[in-house]
Amino acid sequence: MSLVLFLHGEHFTGMGGPFLERLGAGRDLHAPLYPGYDGTPPDPDFRSVDDLAYRYLDLLEELDERDAILVGASLGGWVALEMAVRDRSRIGRMALLAPVGVKLSGREERDFADLVFMPEAEAARALFHDPARWAPDHAVLDEAAVETVALERQWAAWYGWKPYMHNPLLAKWLHRAAVPTLLLWGESDGFAAPDYGRRLADRLPDARFETVAAAGHYPHIERAEATADAILAFVESK
Amino acid sequence: MMQVWHFSEMAYHPGWEFLNEGLRNVIPSRVYDPEIGADLYHRYLDEWALCDRLGLNIMVNEHHATATCTTSVCTIPMAILARETEKARLLCLGMPIGNRMDAVRVAEEYAMLDVISRGRVEMGFVKGAPFEINPANSNPAELEERFWEAHDLIVKAMTSHDGPFNWEGRHYHYREVNVWPRSWQQPHPPIWMTVASPGSAQRVARKGYVIAALNTGYMHTPVVYGAYRESAAEAGFDPGPDRFAYLCIIGVGETEAEGKRRAHQILDYSRTTPRVQSQFFYPPGYSPAARMAGLIRSGSELRIQRRDGSDFLMQDGTVEDFMAAGVAFAGTSAQVVEQVEEFAAAVGGFEHLLMMGQGGFISHEDTVANLTLFSEEALPAIARL
Repeated sequence: MSLVLFLHGEHFTGMGGPFLERLGAGRDLHAPLYPGYDGTPPDPDFRSVDDLAYRYLDLLEELDERDAILVGASLGGWVALEMAVRDRSRIGRMALLAPVGVKLSGREERDFADLVFMPEAEAARALFHDPARWAPDHAVLDEAAVETVALERQWAAWYGWKPYMHNPLLAKWLHRAAVPTLLLWGESDGFAAPDYGRRLADRLPDARFETVAAAGHYPHIERAEATADAILAFVESK
Repeated sequence: MMQVWHFSEMAYHPGWEFLNEGLRNVIPSRVYDPEIGADLYHRYLDEWALCDRLGLNIMVNEHHATATCTTSVCTIPMAILARETEKARLLCLGMPIGNRMDAVRVAEEYAMLDVISRGRVEMGFVKGAPFEINPANSNPAELEERFWEAHDLIVKAMTSHDGPFNWEGRHYHYREVNVWPRSWQQPHPPIWMTVASPGSAQRVARKGYVIAALNTGYMHTPVVYGAYRESAAEAGFDPGPDRFAYLCIIGVGETEAEGKRRAHQILDYSRTTPRVQSQFFYPPGYSPAARMAGLIRSGSELRIQRRDGSDFLMQDGTVEDFMAAGVAFAGTSAQVVEQVEEFAAAVGGFEHLLMMGQGGFISHEDTVANLTLFSEEALPAIARL
């Protein structure tokens, strides 16, 4: 059975448990934390999404995997796309949850809302369909948990500060990502709008676009079961 | 001998009442009237020029996209004052080198200023306030590293005189670095850095640069200076008081009430500092995660500690609060001398008093009176401290 490699998003890496449990049941699931996110500061030379892409291409090679299923959430979806345009020989399918990384709009427009310089409450509304239920309340979290929030934001900046959450050169190479791809988008995504996802699907050689109801930018957190089931149905629909 | 430096942020205070809670980053410049602005620029430059006659030195800084400070390019007032003054030393504290994308240009600007002023430049290099990340769009998670690479490059550029050298670093790339003119002061003008944490103080100490603590008061100044002294000792040198600077607000009057009134007006500089939407206060990675976590929890609440350990909210402080913290010194000249003397002794001594003699809504007449009275009556005693 094919290996499943889950590439996590920029924030809330600790909230994906139920999704990963369902996705990984009976499968060979790998869900590594990126350097930095894993608690160890990355080597100073390791600071771009390119580095992440090569690292996980190396991993597929080390495991001698030839038909991997890449599941990437947001930043992780960007990593998956960078992997696929470089070397798709070990990738069977991709399921990308509101991936960032590709610049589709003009120079005075943003494809991705600027979460960094938004008030916390506004950022929470951009990210979640139901922020009251899902967005962490920093005032009641314990100190270590808020420190984790701060660290995740730091590493998101490390990998994606400028250009903001994208690689300006990636769009022109998307034809190389010629693997069956499912783009899953939360209907209430205010960080990367579903319309961006539709346009991205048009640019990919073999992609289909589906939405997840009652979910924002992280459908695997807000709708863990539905999202995992949609991915599994896609994977098994050969 | 204590040196005193007059500092102003060249505020556009006429805009403050229209801008409510946010004075930085996202404020529309339609609020700015260039005619009023021109009068203000000339007024602030006149006040600095007066320092030359009063025996005071001059300090400028820069901020961006804000009505609290319209010095968006610190070397512009420096350039004007380099020609307009004759004796005053000219300190820029400072140049946000981690946010400037062209480090060689910084070396050129400082070198040119140093020659025009015939060797009166003091080069400040600063990391910059957290809300400066947004207008610069510099990556806060790499700021420290970029700052030090810029520093290394600028120093090498100013001290290399045998033709070009190559620089292929992580953040800066130049085929041929070849700075003209050569600076007047050799090997380069003195370097200053501002420091808010013991961690950064250590690195500045190892270089032996002047360390400036800004409004850190009775409680925090000794911590920062202490870290510097300790690291200097480890590096094998015993820093004299000329390595230490302290920035405060000073209001002098013929009466205690007049001095306090002037300090009270200048203190709007401090009270407006936190008037910025909280998300601009903690760009990711700007500080260590533990400190960032505290900011994420508390928003942009800035509290100042009094000498007795109690604290107050920065935007609400009275002149007495700021005096109790060691952030403001105010009253008659004799009282101010006494307060500065007591503070300097409590924090272990410093030889550079950075005096905010203008700020907020204080008038030109009051500023001139403040600077003049200070220099005539307080400066002789303070210089001897």
